[in-house]
Amino acid sequence: MSLNVENPIMTTMPPAPPLRLIDDLGHTVPHNESGGFTLPAVGTLLSLYRQMVIARRFDVQVTALTRQGRLATYPSALGQEACEIAAVAALDPQDWLFPTYRDSIALLTRGVEPKDILASFRGDWHSGYDYHTHRIAPQATPLATQALHAVGLATAAKLKRHDTVALTLLGDGATSEGDAHEAFNFAAVWQAPVVFVVQNNQFAISVPLDKQMACRTIADKAIGYGMPGYYVDGNDVAAMYAVISAAMDRARSGGGPTLIEGLTYRIEAHTNSDDPTRYRKAADVDLWRHRDPIERLEKYLVAQGALTDEVRASILAAAEELAATTRDCMTEQAVVDPLELFEHVYSTPRTALAEQRAFLAAELDGDAVASVVAREKSTR
Amino acid sequence: MSPNQPLQTGTAVRAPETLTMAAALNAAIHDAMVDDPTVVLFGEDIGPLGGVFRVTDGLYAEFGETRVSDSPLAEAGIVGTAIGMAMYGLRPVVEMQFDAFSYPAFQQIVSHVAKMRNRTRGKIQLPIVIRIPYAGDIGGVEHHSDSSEAYWTATPGLTVVSPSNPADAYSMLRGAIASDDPVIFMEPKSRYWSKASVALPVQTEPLDRAVVLRAGTDVTLIAYGPTVKTALATAAQAVTEGLSIEVIDLRSLSPFDDETVGASVQKTGRACIVHEAAQFGGYGAEVAARLTERNFYYLAAPILRVTGFDIPYPSPKLEEYYLPTPDRILAALSTWEWS
Repeated sequence: MSLNVENPIMTTMPPAPPLRLIDDLGHTVPHNESGGFTLPAVGTLLSLYRQMVIARRFDVQVTALTRQGRLATYPSALGQEACEIAAVAALDPQDWLFPTYRDSIALLTRGVEPKDILASFRGDWHSGYDYHTHRIAPQATPLATQALHAVGLATAAKLKRHDTVALTLLGDGATSEGDAHEAFNFAAVWQAPVVFVVQNNQFAISVPLDKQMACRTIADKAIGYGMPGYYVDGNDVAAMYAVISAAMDRARSGGGPTLIEGLTYRIEAHTNSDDPTRYRKAADVDLWRHRDPIERLEKYLVAQGALTDEVRASILAAAEELAATTRDCMTEQAVVDPLELFEHVYSTPRTALAEQRAFLAAELDGDAVASVVAREKSTR
Repeated sequence: MSPNQPLQTGTAVRAPETLTMAAALNAAIHDAMVDDPTVVLFGEDIGPLGGVFRVTDGLYAEFGETRVSDSPLAEAGIVGTAIGMAMYGLRPVVEMQFDAFSYPAFQQIVSHVAKMRNRTRGKIQLPIVIRIPYAGDIGGVEHHSDSSEAYWTATPGLTVVSPSNPADAYSMLRGAIASDDPVIFMEPKSRYWSKASVALPVQTEPLDRAVVLRAGTDVTLIAYGPTVKTALATAAQAVTEGLSIEVIDLRSLSPFDDETVGASVQKTGRACIVHEAAQFGGYGAEVAARLTERNFYYLAAPILRVTGFDIPYPSPKLEEYYLPTPDRILAALSTWEWS
């Protein structure tokens, strides 16, 4: 017997088409289907296009480096560029981003250097950028935990009367976690200036969304928390940007949190150690390749005359330059210091840690036994 | 600010008064909030009610909802949002209503509170105090009497302390709030109503030090939180048997004060650790192991543990059989060969 019994409520509800502003063919949708959102200006869309192209080049480059065995792991966001780039583009400088391990291209788009993004994936340290400069929290690995941090930071900003908004990125699988529920609820009760952007890429590693939940959309859940929810075409960067920007404005003006679901697709495997052929069909991947967020916007921009060959060439050149920078930072010898292991555990030194540090230092000098004997003799 | 620095000067000096531990904790939070506008308080029932143990009594009325607020009933949410607040420059003091109700927050505490400084190479620090009323002997129903300290002491990155008396309760909580590191502040429920005369703002020993509460020559009895009273009663009772017991109140479980405890053990040559938590894998195992490693040649006998049994905490009518008592401790000491 399957655990997934048919849900009568779900089946009686009408299908919910995601909100979009530009369709798969690059055509704008009629105004009465746009949910009241206005298409961003062409200049904005061109900027989003540029950032998506550069982000994808980075993603493809890092995946290649991982396949070459030069990185410990890399969770790709290929195919999800519209969600990632729209989220970052909607941020003001004083806003904070709370990303997950899959959101490296969001970091890149907010200005983090490739070498600092890759510090964790190449194993130098658990995280490697300047959080306060970029106003980006460390990429969270335990699912949905960072959503609560975003709510807390947003609430602190509200208490200090700052106009800072926190935006957190989550995946569809993460919405099953208790911390997601608690974050949605705390945010709504406290009217925290926070925006939840759920990238529904349809798989939590291998498990499809219909085994995560029995409701129609993730966005539907918002009503249960008392906040607005939007179900958006996550491969339409115009729609994602318009909806996220409106949610940011709403949060900034004291209107509280918003839950936004972007329907998208993870084209790559979960990570390099995953085998997606075991749980999804090649035809499905092909279908989603044809709904590519970059190609769609490209069609629109070309039709508008905004994306000339010259502009395209300059974007591609910038993307290649970034790819080269990314490759170059892998050839740099990463300096890791074993004795740094003890440096950042507490704000003040601890005697026991100092002893362990001395032990490791002696071991590095080839004399670990001596350090233990010295301690034993001193207490004898 | 270092946890060992003196208190700030904004706190008025008061005449000695008889205070319960709960009142001393209340005064510590109050004074910290007066001195530091970044200190905020939230948790379950800590607002108008003042907490189920009244530790936050009156603070909502004095400081208002922006600094003292009832949160939704969700411990991971309380700790998780405290992390975000601390990242933005606040010093949250949050309450887990009871020991066993802190477990939903386990992931936030172990994976983030404890690791954030290390993960970010010190760029993000989390000055959060997580207050946890713990241990038994209050006739509590299930899930209201756990001694959960070993979960936290086994986690690098956390500071874990437990006061045993009103003066320490005040001083240690002020130190914990002033600390730039996250502190698990374990409050022994059975001692909330214990009284002492205290002149606030009292400053006792530094947060990371153990203290010798009673000097002795034959045995070092090591206790913390709720069992300090038991250890002192044991020492008093032992006098009639001609046994001189030195009682140490650890105060800080992590870090462990090797210096103070080691010096005592080297003097007496015999040590026994007393705690309410179950024995297997308990905090006493670490104490016994490190004291043995560092002081083996001074020891006249194996280090003993007198603890709760390796069973879930019992129901109210049976807890007296579970808790360490002076008689049980003295019986354990009598198993040593005394030459």
